[in-house]
Amino acid sequence: MSRKPPGQPLVRQSPVRIIFPVSRLTLAIQLFALLLGTVWTARADDRNPLAGDPKAAKAGEYEFRINCALCHGLGARGGGRGPDLTRAVKKYTHSDAEMFQVISNGIPGTAMPSNGTNGQGVGMTDEEIWQIITYIRGQELKAPVKPLGNATRGKDLFYGDANCSGCHMVEGRGGRLGPELTGVGGSRTRESIIDSVRNPSRRLAWGLTEATKEFPQEYESVTVVTVDGREIKGVTLNEDNFSVQIMDSSEQIHLLEKNKLRSLQKSRVSAMPKYGNEVLSDKDLEDIVAFLTDMGAK
Amino acid sequence: MSVQPWKRIGIILALWIIALSAISAYSQVTFDRLLNSAKEPQNWMTYSGDYSGKRFSGLGQVDTTNARTLVAKWVYQTGATGKLETTPLVVDGILYGTAQDNRAFALDAHTGRPIWMYQRQIPGDIRPCCGRVNRGVAVLADKVFLGTLDAHVIALDAKTGSVIWDVVAADYRTGHSFTVAPLAVKNLVVIGVSGGEYGVRGFIDAYDAATGERKWRFYTVPGPGEPGHDTWEGDSWKVGGAPAWNTGTYDPTTNQIFWPTGNPSPSNRGEGRAGDNLYSNSLLALNADTGKMNWYFQFTKHDEHDWDATQVPVIIDAGGKHLIAQANRNGFFYLIDRTTGKLISANAYGKTTWSDAKDSEGRPVANKNASPTLEGHTVCPGALGTTNFMAPTYNPQAGLFYVTARDQCDIFSTAPQPYEAGHAFYGSAYFPSEEAEPYRGFLKAIDPATGQVKWKFEHTSPTWSGVLSTAGGLVFSGDAEGNFIAFNATSGKALWHFQMGGAVYAAPMAFAVDGKEYVAIAAGSAVYAFGLP
Repeated sequence: MSRKPPGQPLVRQSPVRIIFPVSRLTLAIQLFALLLGTVWTARADDRNPLAGDPKAAKAGEYEFRINCALCHGLGARGGGRGPDLTRAVKKYTHSDAEMFQVISNGIPGTAMPSNGTNGQGVGMTDEEIWQIITYIRGQELKAPVKPLGNATRGKDLFYGDANCSGCHMVEGRGGRLGPELTGVGGSRTRESIIDSVRNPSRRLAWGLTEATKEFPQEYESVTVVTVDGREIKGVTLNEDNFSVQIMDSSEQIHLLEKNKLRSLQKSRVSAMPKYGNEVLSDKDLEDIVAFLTDMGAK
Repeated sequence: MSVQPWKRIGIILALWIIALSAISAYSQVTFDRLLNSAKEPQNWMTYSGDYSGKRFSGLGQVDTTNARTLVAKWVYQTGATGKLETTPLVVDGILYGTAQDNRAFALDAHTGRPIWMYQRQIPGDIRPCCGRVNRGVAVLADKVFLGTLDAHVIALDAKTGSVIWDVVAADYRTGHSFTVAPLAVKNLVVIGVSGGEYGVRGFIDAYDAATGERKWRFYTVPGPGEPGHDTWEGDSWKVGGAPAWNTGTYDPTTNQIFWPTGNPSPSNRGEGRAGDNLYSNSLLALNADTGKMNWYFQFTKHDEHDWDATQVPVIIDAGGKHLIAQANRNGFFYLIDRTTGKLISANAYGKTTWSDAKDSEGRPVANKNASPTLEGHTVCPGALGTTNFMAPTYNPQAGLFYVTARDQCDIFSTAPQPYEAGHAFYGSAYFPSEEAEPYRGFLKAIDPATGQVKWKFEHTSPTWSGVLSTAGGLVFSGDAEGNFIAFNATSGKALWHFQMGGAVYAAPMAFAVDGKEYVAIAAGSAVYAFGLP
């Protein structure tokens, strides 16, 4: 199969089928569609030509490792950076054609890049993309995962006793100091969310993603002392060699030049407190995860 | 009204002077001028500024006392997207640069205004590894030379950008491409192929600059009957890689071209290509006239980590010794006798775990734990290397070698792929190692004699910028967040910076017009020129 330059929409050449006896009007409409390059009919015909082929699935597994596993994890179970793709219901893609589209062109506004632009792989051919889709379909769980917890109770905890909303926002409610969590249940695995709560410093969350930057800013903790002796503690929103943007615990944003600071101390101990079992029971945590999973599926 | 004869002579003379000055703006770049480029520091006529690869500018108007006053003089938007890796050349006030997707352009170096623009249409099915990039042109006589993503070598008229000749070096559909800035030597245009991620058989070509006729080709993977062929298992040599995608250097006293080579293919899986895999990850000393190899030095034998040795081999003469210095992607700084090709020293200049012993020649050798496994295994440096294509600089006044470095470890995990023409041929995947420290990026100043790091500047995050040093006691480099920075060459102190708004993947250079020094670098989608107010 031929390779498509990245960044171009998926338009496959397929014949327009005339099924019914046609009036002049419908003929004219269909001719118009033909002139449009058959975009409208493409979707129905865009089935994976390699669907169910075990050889293609195996080739797809290796292609997946090379091109996708960096974010989506080995086995497509999510890597903390990209969503778990073994879920039968996905947020952005349902049909194989949509999956092809997303792999080819990325998802604007997210970290999902277009084919060949992630700096990891060299770009895939159409055939290799179909192999990957075949592999992902084979990895999907047959039934949607049922959350172990109670989402209604989880919501109460999130906004109430557990005080997650002190720092995290879901659907416009909550704090700004920590990452916004409305979609996190759709993009992260249960295990990864639990790990972030139990061991928040083990892997710091990603914040600002600059289009040209290889890796986004992380939520590092930072303490600075200004020349007039004022101490500011918070998380870094963005930083370069000469400046730093900090949000303090009262959600004030400070734009600072490093050479005008008396000191700057960064720490990879997360500003998020470690929620051990004694603070948040396994059951409470499962309820919160259930709430976030519900939100993420929306 | 009649014109007096003496006035007429005066007018003719004035017209001649105007015509001559216009011609001088496009004066011929002879081989002699390239050999003696140090005599005209206002010009930057080869990728690394001179044949030795030092990327050192003899201009000293901008120095440690006034660098803090540098201002942006002009910005040229290329219109390209992606990574801009070009090092512009400047000849007599005209700047020649390239951009992604087979673009080339000539600018008035004083104003940044375009004189001509060229773009070769790209076939829809090209196979560039790692971006649709280009690192620059070569100039010779009245021509500008460009390698393209679809594996053409093209000569353009320096005055107009019109195509003078266009030759096909290889088939792009099997993964061949050019991203390298060619090197003009004598009457030849020397260029190395890319495609190590597609299992090409690498080569270095030399074309007659006047006609485009190919004068020689050196295959970096020896064929049957050639020395080194037995370092490949079975037919693996046919898809052995060893591309040559970064610009080499030239030693006129021995008439040798030093050209570095890249990874064997598949890049991260050694199974099926048992042996040293010559001449992958090597430095080659080639006779400039014939392309015949005089010697080679292999940095990483039987590479399984994509550690191309394509870093610029810098020619240094020190203490009566004729040397080549290379800060290699595998994390070691090598010093080689360029007469014999023998190793003098190899010292780690970044975080390495792959080697803890040296062979009888002093070459670092891989330990048992270095190879990738199916389950995945952490090795430092990672696949991107301690350094990569970013050009280094050697400042003969400070006696220091400056290089962009990163400390990053990766998990290497095999992912067997069969070879299929034109398809990616990696054989492995790599992931950031979560247990390791976060990635760190540096500008390091190395004493080549000892391999010791004299000073380092730690960036907020690793950068892909190259480095320039100047006679003003300065070192220039860029960062991943878009800053262009001037450093004191001796202390490493940052003296000045400018936020350009786009990540840097290019190396800086310096030139002068009308007696005024400029420092230029590409960032984001644009070329920036800086000077004193």
